[in-house]
Amino acid sequence: MPLQRNANSKDPDGLYAAIIAAHAGLSDADSAALNARLVLLLANHIGDESVLREALSVARKSISK
Amino acid sequence: MVEDPAMTDVRKSTFAHRLSPDQIGAQPAHHPIIIVGAGPVGLTAALDLATKGRRSVVIDRKANLSDGSRAICWSKRTLEVMDRLGVARALLARGVTWRTGKVFFDTRAIYEFDLLPESDHRMPAFINLQQYYFEHACIEAAANTGLIDVRWQEEVQGLDITNDGVVLTIATPDGVYRLAADWVIAADGARSSMRRLMGLGFEGRVFQDQFLICDIKMRMERPIERWFWFDPPFNRGRSALLHAQADDVWRLDFQVGDEADRNEEVKPENVARRVRAMLGEDVDFTFEWISLYRFQSRRLRRFRHGRVFFVGDAAHQMSPFGARGGNSGVEDADNLVWKLDLVMRGLAPERLLDSYDAERIPAADENLLNTTRSTDFIAPKSAASRMFRDGVLALAETEPFARRLVNSGRLSTAACYDASPLNGPDGFAADECVQARPGAAALDTPVDGGWLLRRLGGGFSGVWFRPDGGIPEIVAHVEAALARRAVPVNSLAIASREAIGVRYGAECRPAYYLFRPDAHVAARWRHPVPEAVAAALDRAIAIS
Repeated sequence: MPLQRNANSKDPDGLYAAIIAAHAGLSDADSAALNARLVLLLANHIGDESVLREALSVARKSISK
Repeated sequence: MVEDPAMTDVRKSTFAHRLSPDQIGAQPAHHPIIIVGAGPVGLTAALDLATKGRRSVVIDRKANLSDGSRAICWSKRTLEVMDRLGVARALLARGVTWRTGKVFFDTRAIYEFDLLPESDHRMPAFINLQQYYFEHACIEAAANTGLIDVRWQEEVQGLDITNDGVVLTIATPDGVYRLAADWVIAADGARSSMRRLMGLGFEGRVFQDQFLICDIKMRMERPIERWFWFDPPFNRGRSALLHAQADDVWRLDFQVGDEADRNEEVKPENVARRVRAMLGEDVDFTFEWISLYRFQSRRLRRFRHGRVFFVGDAAHQMSPFGARGGNSGVEDADNLVWKLDLVMRGLAPERLLDSYDAERIPAADENLLNTTRSTDFIAPKSAASRMFRDGVLALAETEPFARRLVNSGRLSTAACYDASPLNGPDGFAADECVQARPGAAALDTPVDGGWLLRRLGGGFSGVWFRPDGGIPEIVAHVEAALARRAVPVNSLAIASREAIGVRYGAECRPAYYLFRPDAHVAARWRHPVPEAVAAALDRAIAIS
């Protein structure tokens, strides 16, 4: 299955708000650490390496633009 | 350009204080309903009461209409309510209609939305119209009813709550007098005197970031669209908004940060510099209004306090991104008035009025949640929040999922009273036609050469939607059962083909809907039974 690039949640705003709320009160370093751990957890959940590689590529391209 | 005199007059009109006979007697004169505040929400309540044949006295401390444009975006739902009150035509004639929004990140257009992608709607998704024009249209309509006594330059100075009413002490240019009322609707805005006099405080958040709002008049050939910028070159690291209004007035909104010097920011020469940076050095404009504000996200714990009801900004205050302030106030009035009327007529128990809280507090919370989320996206509160926000904006150019996360304001749509104690049964299967579930506001659709909401009118309606044209005998029994109740119910049978069928889940199979006077769905059935429909009517007016 390719990377899902369309909206994939019934409540995207709620999803986004949950992520921001998880960072409340953290220092910048702790926020970065939280993000790393979150990526690892979600990567494991996805499992499919080809999906992960596609996501990494889209994200990386958007950084270097 | 040639000025339309009617347009310039509206803002300049001042309303003299007229000495009322009520002010002369020794005892306080008595009125069933006093509305405090002649803004859009107070006037909506007065007009709605007038449709029920009810008189009201409206007092306002000002001598004129709203000084600036303030509320400018009026939603489809508001227009539908105002149509019921006979004012929509005037609003539509003057307002500018829009449905497209564009979002820019730096210099790139990253996202565009259409607010009303389907056809067969009578009202547009939004019109933009300055608040003073909205008020003006309401005041003209109020005068035509002969039932609304608007008293300008009168301010509530004190109040006594008695067992069966409220006595207001009112200051006027001609001295102080007292007025007694059975019911008071407090529609006196964000700085409500009623709230202060009753010792009621808001609960919630105040945001530190400041926004500069200005209205300018200019002739500019550009589409009538809402344009929102994140991090534009002319306001680096912050946001900006451009929005059209009537008679070549444009709303500009600049995020200026929490450190900005209030007095410096509002100086016209400084605002002019911002305007030229946004629109070009050669732009020719004049200022209409300049104001600086901080977001609030707050509400009263309860909106009903015995015989006093708080509506609009007096009850809740929210960030303007989403146009939820004025529109939710109109919905407050729409929700309250039919209940008050039925209680005053003795057709419903007083506890029906508690459902104003049960329905409008969750609606306010939904509006507060949405406006707070927009605020957090527009003005991120932490480095992490900003990194996610900028990530969404960067991905939005190529990734559809990220476009859905871009939040420059989630625009006001009608509230759905999902948890209302007034809701009756939902006879549809789970997930079937959810947009018309009990609690939802009726979607307008074309019917028999007219429109559904017009047909529903302002009372209860029982509607048999029939795709095949037949009316089974049971419908007559349902109507007979409803006719035995004290509350009148308007019975309709409507051929449900095409849009109307789809909107009410009746394109293939018939359905029976019970609508409330505010055109929210009370209950619906595939197979209505007389006793069940009559019980749902009782429930909708808090009898059971």
